[in-house]
Amino acid sequence: MNRRRIGYGILLALMLVAPTVVYPVLVMKVLCFALFACAFNLLIGYTGLLSFGHAVFLGTAGYVAGHSIKVWGFPPELGLVCAALAAAALGWVIGSLAIRRSGIYFAMITLALAQMMYFVFLQVPFTGGEDGLQGVPRGKLLGFIDLADDFNLYYFVLAIFVFGFWLIHRTIHSPFGQVLKAIRENEARAISLGYDVAKYKLLAFVLSAGLAGLAGATKTLVFRFATLTDAHWHTSGEVVLMTLLGGMGTVFGPVVGAATIVTLQNELADKVGSLVTVIMGAIFVVCVLAFRRGIVGELGALYKKMTGAR
Amino acid sequence: MMKRKALALALSTLLLPAAGSTLAQAPGKISGDVVKIAVLTDMSGVYSALGGKGSVLAAEMAVEDFKAQFKPKFKIELVSADHQNKADVGSNKVREWYDTEGVDMVTDVLNSGVAIAVAKVTTEKNKIMLNTGAASTRLTNEDCAPNNVVHYVYDTYALANGPGKAVTKAGKDTWFFLTADYAFGHSLEKDSTEAVKAAGGKVLGAVRHPLNASDFSSFLLQAQASKAKVIGLANAGGDTINSIKAANEFGITKTQTVVGLLTTIVDIHALGLPTTQGMMFTEGFYWNLNKETRDWSRRFFDKHKGMPNMLPAGTYSAVLHYLKAVQAAGTDDTATVMKKMKETPINDPFAKGGKIREDGRMVHDMYLVEVKKPSESKEPWDYYNVKQVIPGDEAFQPMALSRCAAVKK
Amino acid sequence: MTEIFGVPIQALYGQLMLGLVNGSFYAVLSLGLAVIFGMLNIINFAHGAMYMTGAMLTWVGLEYLGIGYWWMLVLAPIAVGLIGIAIERLMLQWLYKLDHLYGLLLTFGLALMIEGLFRDLYGVAGQPYSIPEMLSGAFNLGFMFLPKYRAWIIVASLAVCFVTWFMIEKTRLGAYLRAATENPQLTQAFGINVPLMVMLTYGFGVGLAAFAGVLAAPATQISPLMGSNLIIVVFAVVVVGGMGSILGSIVTGLGLGVIEGLTKVFYPEASSTVVFVIMAIVLLVRPAGLFGKEK
Repeated sequence: MNRRRIGYGILLALMLVAPTVVYPVLVMKVLCFALFACAFNLLIGYTGLLSFGHAVFLGTAGYVAGHSIKVWGFPPELGLVCAALAAAALGWVIGSLAIRRSGIYFAMITLALAQMMYFVFLQVPFTGGEDGLQGVPRGKLLGFIDLADDFNLYYFVLAIFVFGFWLIHRTIHSPFGQVLKAIRENEARAISLGYDVAKYKLLAFVLSAGLAGLAGATKTLVFRFATLTDAHWHTSGEVVLMTLLGGMGTVFGPVVGAATIVTLQNELADKVGSLVTVIMGAIFVVCVLAFRRGIVGELGALYKKMTGAR
Repeated sequence: MMKRKALALALSTLLLPAAGSTLAQAPGKISGDVVKIAVLTDMSGVYSALGGKGSVLAAEMAVEDFKAQFKPKFKIELVSADHQNKADVGSNKVREWYDTEGVDMVTDVLNSGVAIAVAKVTTEKNKIMLNTGAASTRLTNEDCAPNNVVHYVYDTYALANGPGKAVTKAGKDTWFFLTADYAFGHSLEKDSTEAVKAAGGKVLGAVRHPLNASDFSSFLLQAQASKAKVIGLANAGGDTINSIKAANEFGITKTQTVVGLLTTIVDIHALGLPTTQGMMFTEGFYWNLNKETRDWSRRFFDKHKGMPNMLPAGTYSAVLHYLKAVQAAGTDDTATVMKKMKETPINDPFAKGGKIREDGRMVHDMYLVEVKKPSESKEPWDYYNVKQVIPGDEAFQPMALSRCAAVKK
Repeated sequence: MTEIFGVPIQALYGQLMLGLVNGSFYAVLSLGLAVIFGMLNIINFAHGAMYMTGAMLTWVGLEYLGIGYWWMLVLAPIAVGLIGIAIERLMLQWLYKLDHLYGLLLTFGLALMIEGLFRDLYGVAGQPYSIPEMLSGAFNLGFMFLPKYRAWIIVASLAVCFVTWFMIEKTRLGAYLRAATENPQLTQAFGINVPLMVMLTYGFGVGLAAFAGVLAAPATQISPLMGSNLIIVVFAVVVVGGMGSILGSIVTGLGLGVIEGLTKVFYPEASSTVVFVIMAIVLLVRPAGLFGKEK
């Protein structure tokens, strides 16, 4: 336990100095996607539900945050809270429909409903459709910290990420999280033990949607822009990939996966153009065929093997 | 090298948190002794034939010509990227260019949605954007940024007024619009509606289609159902080409007139004269105007295997004008260069006596052209009869109507 | 009478016809998905990519090899079917023992790869393909204008759907197939080579998608994105129909296409969402789908 604490401490220290070494906007993007992937992992990794439309929560929250801050003049912190709540509410609606089916159907339904919302966003006026919701001011945090400065914003984003990460961590290790894992392992047994499985699934879905929303709202603040891309199924696929690559059902997997994918995309975009998509697809295929535990999962297994052998 | 630069920038920003903007060099110097120009365009999508690689080539030609003529002491670097017609991709890329790569000026930026987003970043970072690709009049009105953004080649006002008035006055006075559903289409539809009304016509309605739509037949059936005499295509590039094709397939062209409001010579080339003969629209450039345009266009043709339309031609002119201003001012400081560019008239193959107005609009002559009959065309790419040269002051929206807050008196 | 509820009758018929055309694509694609799902228990996310590949091959065939439309109508499905067989042998077969979701993820990755590859090669602008000589032009039916090619799409798709249905429900091969779907071990014990049937089924399923792609080539822009835009709607169609029956997928596909077409006449704003709304309603009323059986 102590060693884990030290590990967390070192990681946090690294994150604190990261923006002095790397382009801060890039690190912020990584953090947003890491939070998004962690939220997604709460479903796939700990409840066994594959939502293939999770981008809709990222996108919705982005628009709500953008609109409330830009048009209604909300301060950034309030905008983020509203956005997360909106995403959670949408999560409740989509979740209630989707959990009526399970497995593959669950995935297809979430994907289809997300696509429906995508078309809605394309058409309703407040999102700006194809143009996106542009020029969202970053505003002043608590009225006096100017977020227009990349460094101030970075530490704010880091704080949000740490909060989200902590919340997920707590959830997993709570009795509620134990029930979720029981559902993942054996749904029939969980039902026979008297748990209202549907209710637990829905709660997990709503929580995951809300946190994904928090990530989306933060992203809007960073890029001053809420966009259709965030609600597109491609983004839904990306978060699946991040989680799969990092390791489903591991605490750090999604973070590692998000960092890898975002950095990779950033590095490759100018060099190979649309071949980036091919590379992403290939990573997907390799992960599914040979690497299902993901980076963190494999490392964990290796570590266990080594310590066990000793 | 790039990393170290970014690191230095990051560190210095950390040490001097308030110094953000004063970090830009004092006027009188060129930052890093390099003038860095970026071409942001659509490399592989629905508008790639309009700008794309042609725009990059034109910018390269401008840099070459400038170096040959002026032998500058500073270095010139050119970078380019594909924005995939996504406003977020474009604005993120430009933000990165300004923050980490020391880009001074960005050009082309076709697609109005992208352009408006990029204009915002450019203003925020106090750099220069010479927009030669995007059309929406919002760039010099609601979203104007006269200290940072120049709208160089054409805009939806100029496009709408030529055919909008000419066609309506010819008796085809009821219109229905097929509109690309984003900033550009909306602007074009709005400006065309005003032009049609001003000429005494009526607008019966509009249908919006997504950018890069795969099938236009159902939209065209809606347009047909309106029974308007004219179907105005408020779209561009591949979308215009496909709309015209679908109109032919469904026999709509027999009863209604289809007007492509933003059509350029590459679209005519793609569709062929038999389909397009008699069409009328506004162009900002035609390769076969005079010796100067012919010479320049042939040089372009040799490398591109296609004649330039107004986008590459305008990009060439814009880059050249910018570099000349940097040379004359001896600095790449935004305000100084902008001032110089606005003072200097533009004379090159693209524009004669062009001038940049205080709201950022570059004013130059436009051409109302009609597509030739196949029998009239004497050589490849001989496509237009120039019906009218529209003087710059008439072609573009007069300052009196400007909705730009920064220049309103 | 030239108008219904203020809509010119010509426009109404026109949109209905386009709805049927779209419905035909939905039907052929959801049929392929259903056949594959029945046998392999995976949802083939690459189905849209296979459809797109069919269309792309048609274009490549004419552009680079001079092979015309009619030949490609046969060759493209076979080529894509062979690609499918290779995919099944090399990758999918290792996943049958795992959670079905891995099949979805793998085919999603494949879809990205195929789409990205064509994007890199030909861009997303879309390639034009002209309608074959024999089918160009239109019938003027008096009350409406029916382009011959659109009519051909409907006829050809329905024919293919019928043949598939007949093969599966009425022939011996179909009987083996149904038996293998119901109980693979037992069927294997009777001396029928089940892995071979699984392989052929996947090849046939994606071949169907490619066939639809060839049909679509002259009617739309041949773009690398054409498949992914379509496949999600087809997923909704599959959820509405339920994947239990062959006939169910065909009827649902056509029906939803027509409903979509009508929406374009009376309330165009909802035309891109109507299928999903119907899906949500069906989920509330009959979660297993219109033709599905609750498992």
